[in-house]
Amino acid sequence: MSETTNGAFPRLPTGIEGFDVIAEGGLPRGRTTLVGGTAGSGKTIFAAQFLAAGIRAGERGVFITFEESPAELSRNLACLGWDVAAWEKSGAWTYVDGSPDEESTDVVGEFDLGALLVRITRAVRQSGATRVSIDSVNALFSRLPHPEKLRGELYRISRALRELGATTLVTAERLDDYGEVSRFGIEEFVADNVVLLRNTLQDERRRRTVEILKFRGAEHQRGEFPFTIASEKGIVVLPLSAMTLTQRSSTTRISSGIAELDRMTGGGYFRDSIILLSGATGTGKTLTVTHFVAGGVAAGDRCMLFAFEESREQLVRNAKSWGHDFEAMERSGLLRIIPVYPHAMPLEDHLLRMRWAIDEYRPQRVAVDSLSALERVTSLRSFREFMLGLTSLLKHGEIAGMVTSTAPSILGGHSITEKHISTLTDTILLLRYVESYGDLKRGLLVLKMRGSPHEATIREFTIDAQGMRMGEPFRATSGILSGNITHGRAEDEEEAPGEGPGGLTEVEE
Amino acid sequence: MTVRLVLYVAGDTPRSRSARATVAWLAGGGVDEHVEAQVVDVAEEPERADADRVLLTPTLLRLVPAPPRRVVGDLGDRARVAEALGLSAVQHSRNHDPR
Repeated sequence: MSETTNGAFPRLPTGIEGFDVIAEGGLPRGRTTLVGGTAGSGKTIFAAQFLAAGIRAGERGVFITFEESPAELSRNLACLGWDVAAWEKSGAWTYVDGSPDEESTDVVGEFDLGALLVRITRAVRQSGATRVSIDSVNALFSRLPHPEKLRGELYRISRALRELGATTLVTAERLDDYGEVSRFGIEEFVADNVVLLRNTLQDERRRRTVEILKFRGAEHQRGEFPFTIASEKGIVVLPLSAMTLTQRSSTTRISSGIAELDRMTGGGYFRDSIILLSGATGTGKTLTVTHFVAGGVAAGDRCMLFAFEESREQLVRNAKSWGHDFEAMERSGLLRIIPVYPHAMPLEDHLLRMRWAIDEYRPQRVAVDSLSALERVTSLRSFREFMLGLTSLLKHGEIAGMVTSTAPSILGGHSITEKHISTLTDTILLLRYVESYGDLKRGLLVLKMRGSPHEATIREFTIDAQGMRMGEPFRATSGILSGNITHGRAEDEEEAPGEGPGGLTEVEE
Repeated sequence: MTVRLVLYVAGDTPRSRSARATVAWLAGGGVDEHVEAQVVDVAEEPERADADRVLLTPTLLRLVPAPPRRVVGDLGDRARVAEALGLSAVQHSRNHDPR
């Protein structure tokens, strides 16, 4: 009859964005969870948000503060958009004030936390609270003699709250992001469940992460997940790799905006695919993106373009020179251009803002031009996490995504970006310069197309006032991909005309 | 001058009993000031513990004279309790020792 026989433990969704994904549903219901972190890691916000999210869902909460006074705390939380004073009035939020006394305290003999236990119990009973946050036990312990003797008292409190049916969150300070779980060894007395918040410097950039160290007898995602603290929202966890890519693949084709390229890809890109566009500077990446967007708008798709490298004006001007009017598309409501400055914030924050923009606009097509701008300002690990997050975000929304990557050398070569994200992409298009008897030509190759036959020849293309104009395959030239170009006999090229572009070939991955 | 004290205890425990005994001693002429003491069981009057922001039990609170002072613990060492409250104990009781 036990409800835990299948390993599933009843959960209480915290309502903290992203956290419930890595917690496989939320905190163990009716239990105590310890949230450990160094000073400034976001513990108090986490504890307060646990209550705030509950209150928004119609629950009630009790906040026990040992550090800041209730007045200070309410004032600080107002910056995050939480009106604690109003919640206090309505009875949704109750403080138990345990902030330090102004008067001096002497200790004569043994004591316990009996009064605290009674006050907490009363607050929970009176308000009907289902959520309790205690912040932080260290602030209490550090002002008492022999704190280790009080750990058993915490266990008493935690047990009493469990009997009241409350789900409890206790914060504890750590001295080191990668040291012992908490000072005074509190965790063994309080919690079967431990969550760690970290705030580290990595490559001179601040990186906040959350890790579920243990949930006794319950499933959870392992490892550190980046989070950010946003105004009006509080903590937002980016589950990234925890997001599953289990969506069914779409077989619906969408136009690349270039008729001949649609033919080369066996009918166009797939509706929910991620297309990586790689090429050296000036090979036509932004042009291909422009066609992708224009093709979308022509088909009535909502398109969103994140511009990391060029300003809005530049993009509009470029598109115009290729015969596409971005401004008119924006006026029609089918295009939104969002310029982004890669240096402005950490990658996690970029991803978050992109997510909000996508959630709000609900586009069918998203283009990111270019990823290389991001790669330059971050660590490889963060970059890969960003790509995972972006990919799953697009897949979840069944959005066609085109991302561009700048190859470092003019002829041939792969960018670092490509190397690290190619497995995440469904389609890879290569744009290359091809040196041919003193002329520099441009070539395009569909390198990979998951789940579809595609043409496997490198096609020459030119750029004019209508944009990309696809030409013949480079039949007699080899070494284009590696950049070591050799040419066959010129006659071979003469023999080719009339035969037309190569047929479609299935290429093994 | 009258010294006013409140003792907060949680239930009937050895600690509570020890603290109650010390407070009874204080109020019963154990020190050289007139002491009025009240004992509050937090389980029965939790709202008073809230108002005085009491966390630990036993807690002895000196309300008068200002500024307030707190002594926590079982209060077994009476001399130290008296000292913490700014009262003198032993001297006084010896002077008045009936012969």
